[in-house]
Amino acid sequence: MREFVGELYVRESRRVFATLVRLLGDFDLAEETMHEAFAAAIEQWQQYGLPANPRAWLVSTARFKAIDALRRRSRSEEMRDALVRRVDELSSINAERAAHDIEDDRLRLIFTCCHPALAPEAQIAMTLREVCGLTTEQIAVAFLTSPATIAQRIVRAKRKIREAKIPYEVPSLADFPNRLASVLSVVYLVFKEGYSASSGESLTRPDLSGEAIRLGRLIVELLPDPEAMGLLALMLLHESRRTARATPEGDFILLEDQDRSQWNQELIAEGRRLVERSLASRRFGTYTIQAAISAVHADAASTAETDWAQIVALYDVLLRSAPSPVVELNRAVAVAMRDELAAGLALIDGILRSGELSDYHLAHAARADLCRRLGRTGEARVAYERALTLAQQEPERRFLQKRLQELGNGCYGI
Amino acid sequence: MKYMLLVYSAEEAWTEEERARCMADSTELCHELAAQGRFLGASPLHPVATATCVRVRNGNRLTTDGPFAETTEQLGGYYLVEAANLDEAIAIAGRIPAASKGTVEIRPVFELSGLPPKT
Repeated sequence: MREFVGELYVRESRRVFATLVRLLGDFDLAEETMHEAFAAAIEQWQQYGLPANPRAWLVSTARFKAIDALRRRSRSEEMRDALVRRVDELSSINAERAAHDIEDDRLRLIFTCCHPALAPEAQIAMTLREVCGLTTEQIAVAFLTSPATIAQRIVRAKRKIREAKIPYEVPSLADFPNRLASVLSVVYLVFKEGYSASSGESLTRPDLSGEAIRLGRLIVELLPDPEAMGLLALMLLHESRRTARATPEGDFILLEDQDRSQWNQELIAEGRRLVERSLASRRFGTYTIQAAISAVHADAASTAETDWAQIVALYDVLLRSAPSPVVELNRAVAVAMRDELAAGLALIDGILRSGELSDYHLAHAARADLCRRLGRTGEARVAYERALTLAQQEPERRFLQKRLQELGNGCYGI
Repeated sequence: MKYMLLVYSAEEAWTEEERARCMADSTELCHELAAQGRFLGASPLHPVATATCVRVRNGNRLTTDGPFAETTEQLGGYYLVEAANLDEAIAIAGRIPAASKGTVEIRPVFELSGLPPKT
């Protein structure tokens, strides 16, 4: 029975928690009573057998325990009666509560944790803790900070939710697009944090990318929104290259040099399907377009066989909705592949001349790469050196140093 | 629940006409809020040039000219509203005319017991 309940906890605890937060109006009380309910389940189900609806049993039991806890804690009889009445009113739940109501609770939880009135780091910490169920220690390790810092962030966030009365609700139609954008941005931040961790710096960091993908899948399941699909697709496509993109020592391998047989075709297929669904809706946004670009790469057997014209076209679309010098830079690299290297180089020079990205190491690295391929070794060296002064992450620095060495040796032919 | 909405904006960013327009629109907003049972009070304030600061230290009352702090945006007015939760307060704040030029800070009001009724 203990094992069964253990498995049930892994599968259901987050859903039960989400419902309890709604019923009890308090994160901490919900967590406490949920654990008590699971503990009670082990005992009582052993003795009296399995209930018809275990999840409803757990929620109901937790609710009663909450009433008890509130009774014990209340200092005045008046306050106690009021609290108990409120919990009773709030939680008129019946055993046959429809599955979709419980799904709504998980959505409520996600939207509440990602409320814009909370600081971005607090949104991330709350989501990982309350939605994903990670411990404070795990989150701290993942973000290279201390458990005390994370714990404090979460305490402050819960205090703000309570005192400013951030509602535990799925946002109204009018607010929905902005609020969803907030949620997606948290998920993507978590993913990117996990993505960079794969450079081999620490093997003990929890699988943040995995958590982000799991979150992404949950959101798409509860809300088949095109941009949510686009983000999930983008994450899946990035993830599909995980083994191919780094050496065991943690050096990264450029897309053009990756062993494509190591790409995870299942993830690619799932990503591609999501991109198609999202594009078909005609309400897609920037995540979808970025995913589409990634999908074009995933479709190609090699760099040479990549549909660069399609990629440039997609960057054109991206620039219309989210113009930025970084997107211009990526487009320039694609133009170099589609047309000729000099054309791409001219575009990059234009961007650098305008003053944008002059401190962005990847802009100089891209310039260096094209110069190198054009045989303009002197210029390439200058650009790689500039990139090296700006690059901060070890794997990138190693890569740039290697390129510089190759230039120096004169052994790098075109 | 009560919320105080503090309206900040750069005083020089307004022409006379814009200011007059803002007052008119704000008054209209107050009536709309009152119709919804949400209006508890509101007012524009005279500019920071009219501000005076008072501090009492060691039993001495010190009076100085000027606002509490020199800032790029100054407190120009306030609303006191009744709202069910922060999202409703945010929705109200978004309707405040000055929000398009400045910033509205939302603070939940701490309900202190034992205060006297309004005069």
